[in-house]
Amino acid sequence: MTALVFRIGVGTCGLSAGAAEVRRALEETLAAEGAAKSGSTVKGVGCLGLCFAEPLVEVGGVLYGRVKPEDARLIAKAALEGEAVAAKALAKRDKCVLKGAEKVPPLSSQPFWALQFRDAFENCGVVDPKSIDDCIAAGGYEGLRKALKLKPAEVVAQVKAVGLRGRGGAGFPTAIKWELCAKAPAGEKFAICNADEGDPGAFMNRANLEGDPHKVLEGLIIAGYACGAGKGFVYVRAEKPLAAQSVKTAVEQAQAKGFLGKNILGSGFDFDVEVRLGAGAFVCGEETALIASIEGKRGMPRARPPYPAEHGLWGKPTNINNVETLAHVPNIFRRGAEWFAARGTAKSKGTKVFCMTGKISNTGAFEVPIGITLRDMVFKIGGGIPDGRKFKAAQSGGPSGGCLPESCLDLQMDYESLSEAGAIMGSGGLVILDDSTCMVDVARYFLTFTQSESCGLCTPCREGTVRMLDVINRIADGKGKASDVEELQRMGRIIRDTSLCGLGQTAPNPVLSTIRYFRAEYGEHVKGKKCPAGVCRMGAKK
Amino acid sequence: MPEKPKLASKAAAISRKHAAERGALIPVLQELQEEEGYLKPESLAEVSEQLKIPLSSIYGVATFYAQFRLEQPGKNIIQICSGTACHVKGSKKVLEEFEKELGIKAGETTQDKKFTLLSVRCFGACALGPIIKVNDDIYSSVAAGQAKGIIAKYGDKK
Repeated sequence: MTALVFRIGVGTCGLSAGAAEVRRALEETLAAEGAAKSGSTVKGVGCLGLCFAEPLVEVGGVLYGRVKPEDARLIAKAALEGEAVAAKALAKRDKCVLKGAEKVPPLSSQPFWALQFRDAFENCGVVDPKSIDDCIAAGGYEGLRKALKLKPAEVVAQVKAVGLRGRGGAGFPTAIKWELCAKAPAGEKFAICNADEGDPGAFMNRANLEGDPHKVLEGLIIAGYACGAGKGFVYVRAEKPLAAQSVKTAVEQAQAKGFLGKNILGSGFDFDVEVRLGAGAFVCGEETALIASIEGKRGMPRARPPYPAEHGLWGKPTNINNVETLAHVPNIFRRGAEWFAARGTAKSKGTKVFCMTGKISNTGAFEVPIGITLRDMVFKIGGGIPDGRKFKAAQSGGPSGGCLPESCLDLQMDYESLSEAGAIMGSGGLVILDDSTCMVDVARYFLTFTQSESCGLCTPCREGTVRMLDVINRIADGKGKASDVEELQRMGRIIRDTSLCGLGQTAPNPVLSTIRYFRAEYGEHVKGKKCPAGVCRMGAKK
Repeated sequence: MPEKPKLASKAAAISRKHAAERGALIPVLQELQEEEGYLKPESLAEVSEQLKIPLSSIYGVATFYAQFRLEQPGKNIIQICSGTACHVKGSKKVLEEFEKELGIKAGETTQDKKFTLLSVRCFGACALGPIIKVNDDIYSSVAAGQAKGIIAKYGDKK
């Protein structure tokens, strides 16, 4: 009997679908069958990104989805005898060691997998995130080793050459940030990993930190080296406790292995990392607000310039990158610049993780080359709209983003195309809406969100979002006036142009984009006093 | 100066543990809430004294962040996710049902102090919405009609 590794996804997604019971069933079965003698083990791993199939078990190259504890016992027994349970299998890897899997479709033939290219997520769902040795065996810290052989300026140059852009929202070139910070006068400097993932509908940072925290940490150490920082912070949202615990454990292990601390890998570079928990404020994803929060203050943004690269944490030069941005860094050095730049568009190289949720068959986190069309995302990877419903819109970029209608399905998912269409790439949240959705309600939902998350510092955002919400509530309640849609557009433009930070500047996007593409629906609410989708409570419902 | 006896309090101990860190206030408040369930006025006064931060600034921070509670919560905390994916899958109806069953609004605590109901932001398990969390237990794909059963699991058995 050969030793088998039973991988079970125990990220937040898996656990909420019942992975803990499935894991127990696997362990009990292995114990009962005396599997320890053959060296077979159960390994808790992060999220493979196929949330629709959670709880997910992989053994001997066969993937099983939606596994119940009783299935797990069956699957484990069969696997220990070298057999697959074909009827319950989701797909198989190219290398499959179990018999009876002939009819199981190869994973590489499944659109939800075949269209992906995994870089930031390459080890998520594969390695045991709690084991640094497992991560090292999968290539972890090799990028750091290579980067530390270069001069900091050469590290910056390599990242600049591949054109890595920030994956947290705005798409700012990462190397320019690093360069600014590196060129700031010498002295105390900081490097921060922004893991304050607050976009509802986006969970790629959580999945990344839960599934492969060492990759992110490695990226942060390389960033620290490039910028000349001596201390790093990971600012992770307290609402994502598993991710926070995962990165805390990773930091301790990296310290013990000498990837953090004094004279890292004999390079003379000193760097240490502290994990801080965000206390729940959407605006803290904005870099100056995040800095205020680490300083122990109310998380309010301030005007830029000066940028954090010159005047950041405690007034010192500070570099801030998003989790996913940092997760792309190690491979730029381990696998090389050419490898990284082989995917993506002319202006945006590499891959991006999109979290697809809502009214879609295959929900999950999918890493795809930048520039994939929305149609491929929704209908190939996502498997289309369930329950015989029709696609109505894709909400891209969370509360700062916009809604893309059917006419945008052939749009390329890259920074420029998305913002021209009135949405944003943002963190990569993609909520799919079907024809039972009311677009006025969606706009109202997001505006309620941003209004309550407005920190209150600048007037346009603090007061403007309240005024806009008044109008949109009026429309949704069937009391809208003929001039209301124009009024929303006018206020939206003012808030966009005059707010202090990104939260306010983008807060009107969900309203403006729904007006742009679904104006008729607003018209029916205002003039017809009815909600075509039957969502708004104004009498359209029976 | 002789040490006052109240310095032995949890608030003092936690504050002193973090006193040397820069930006210690938020970690201190987080640990304090973890210990005591919420931020008691007397504990905040203690933190103020220990960390030499004005009480007004501490209240400023405590009221800014959604995580901090200034009132004692119920024995069980029910959190209904109101994130986008949960919203489009009907979390509003789920919330309304819990409000009806418990006879309170989101943000309130039942009179018998058994339940606090909260409408919260995303937990990041969006693919399986609507998600609700009761204490540390997560329920996924919650449909209207399940509220009563879930509440019953946590009510005292008579």
